[in-house]
Amino acid sequence: MTVPFLLFFVCGALAVVGAILVIAAREPVHSALALVLVMVALAVLYLLLGAPFIAAVQIIVYAGAIMVLFVFVIMLLNAGVEERTDFSSIAKYVGVPLGFVLMLWAAHWLWHSQPAGAIGTAATTPAASSRELSVELFRQYLFPFEATSILILIAILGALVLAKREE
Amino acid sequence: MEFISQHSVLVASIIKIAVLLLIVMTALAYLSWAERKIIAHIQSRWGPYYVGAHGLLQPLADGLKFLFKEDLTPPTADRLAYLLAPFLAFSLAVTAIALIPFGPPSVPFPFLPGQQAFSVTDLSLGLLVVFAITSMGVYGVVLAGWSSNSKYPLLGGLRSSAQMVSYEVSLTMSVVGVVLMAGTLNFNEIISNQRGYWFHLIPRWHVFPQIVGFLCYLIAAIAETNRIPFDLPEGETELVGGFHTEYSSFKFAMFFMAEYGNMITVSCLATILFFGGWLSPFPDRWTWQVYLPGASLVLLGLYCAYDTVTTMRGIARIQLTVVTLLCLGAALLCLLPPVAAVIQGPFWITTKILLFLFFYMWLRGTLPRFRYDQLMSFGWKLLLPVSLANLVVTAAWLMWGWMRQG
Repeated sequence: MTVPFLLFFVCGALAVVGAILVIAAREPVHSALALVLVMVALAVLYLLLGAPFIAAVQIIVYAGAIMVLFVFVIMLLNAGVEERTDFSSIAKYVGVPLGFVLMLWAAHWLWHSQPAGAIGTAATTPAASSRELSVELFRQYLFPFEATSILILIAILGALVLAKREE
Repeated sequence: MEFISQHSVLVASIIKIAVLLLIVMTALAYLSWAERKIIAHIQSRWGPYYVGAHGLLQPLADGLKFLFKEDLTPPTADRLAYLLAPFLAFSLAVTAIALIPFGPPSVPFPFLPGQQAFSVTDLSLGLLVVFAITSMGVYGVVLAGWSSNSKYPLLGGLRSSAQMVSYEVSLTMSVVGVVLMAGTLNFNEIISNQRGYWFHLIPRWHVFPQIVGFLCYLIAAIAETNRIPFDLPEGETELVGGFHTEYSSFKFAMFFMAEYGNMITVSCLATILFFGGWLSPFPDRWTWQVYLPGASLVLLGLYCAYDTVTTMRGIARIQLTVVTLLCLGAALLCLLPPVAAVIQGPFWITTKILLFLFFYMWLRGTLPRFRYDQLMSFGWKLLLPVSLANLVVTAAWLMWGWMRQG
């Protein structure tokens, strides 16, 4: 039992518990905090996979910026405690079985996939540095990268138009 | 012994963390003393004076007071978030300091081969990780504001989340210019990139080519740490203390220490990115600079001795005599050649950090608070465009240099 091996299970468990809490918590801010926990646990998993850059960006962008905005909006709207409702009949008879099928399919797929290497070795081998990552991003994947940024720009413009419509 | 040699990373890290924590906690306590003293002198007052000579024991008294005060939790507060907020704020503020190199990596850790003496961690992505940790620091303030379940803290929490998210963008953008120039995110490599001199005299610090980036960083950093003139989340005159209104006793002290911890982190970053970190500002050929740490301590000791004889009475005279002897003893130690050689890096980075911290306190004694709409329009409409323009100009300039080289 090496340290990365233990860390994997601890953070995996934290991510799962956090993900369940996001849905189960009744207070919206608690849900948001649970989502932060999921993000941080995922960042540690990325680190174990030998991708420190992705891990740091995951925390900066998701936990540090996006989730702060979530919490900000929840506070601004002063959202109250959620009310519990029963399952809708569609969710009960279609959603739950479909969820189980999806889980079984994912488990089957994981079971038959080839292991890429032990977790401990991925953390100790020289990681994909930010330099290598940027070379890949700005040479080979330049077009998808730029397309994504234009997409985000359009979304920002859309949000601005919606916000300005009141006047 | 075998265990120690096999786990040298672990042992060295634990020792370094313990020493760093001790130093940082002492620094946090005495920063509050320094702040009160400096602001008092700016405003023609004396500041703390009665607990110990020059109020030097005031932080101890304050710490005891915080420990023994009643720890109130408002009955309507959200208990989990209310407890979590101060711990989050404080632990994140202190964690970020662990990534700072306080001396050159070439100085080895005593008795443990292959370990650095002056940095707990030396990550290749150091700068990015510091930003990751400080970006989480927002939660302490926001959760404190929300969980207190009362109107002034809520307003403070709202203000702080908006302010810190807005200025974090400028903060990150303003240092990208430095990262481009250094071509790395590792702190020690960024510092090494600033080695050398223009005209054999002016150090090649990033602050000279990146002066615009530095000014943007400085302003954004002050806003990011919620200090005057950007301390709207607290705003005593408007919000009765803002996000920490409902906090008392040691939880309040933790917010206080978190604020000072963030100030130290931000000053460390400014020193490393723009002012050459642990590099000396003087050319290497000036060999007398080896004796500067000892000499400055001697001067401090002599001043204390003069003060003891001329102004101190009663028990304060004994206290200041002890301080004098400590200063002179440390000075003698620093003048020993082997110690003097090792102490250079830490001496310079500490001096620069202390200058930045003094600047913070100077600002607090000088400037009035911004209005909230001024703060927002300043951050988004002036600071962000300027730091982006700085980034574009830096990139174009570097590109031109590379193309000329072929």
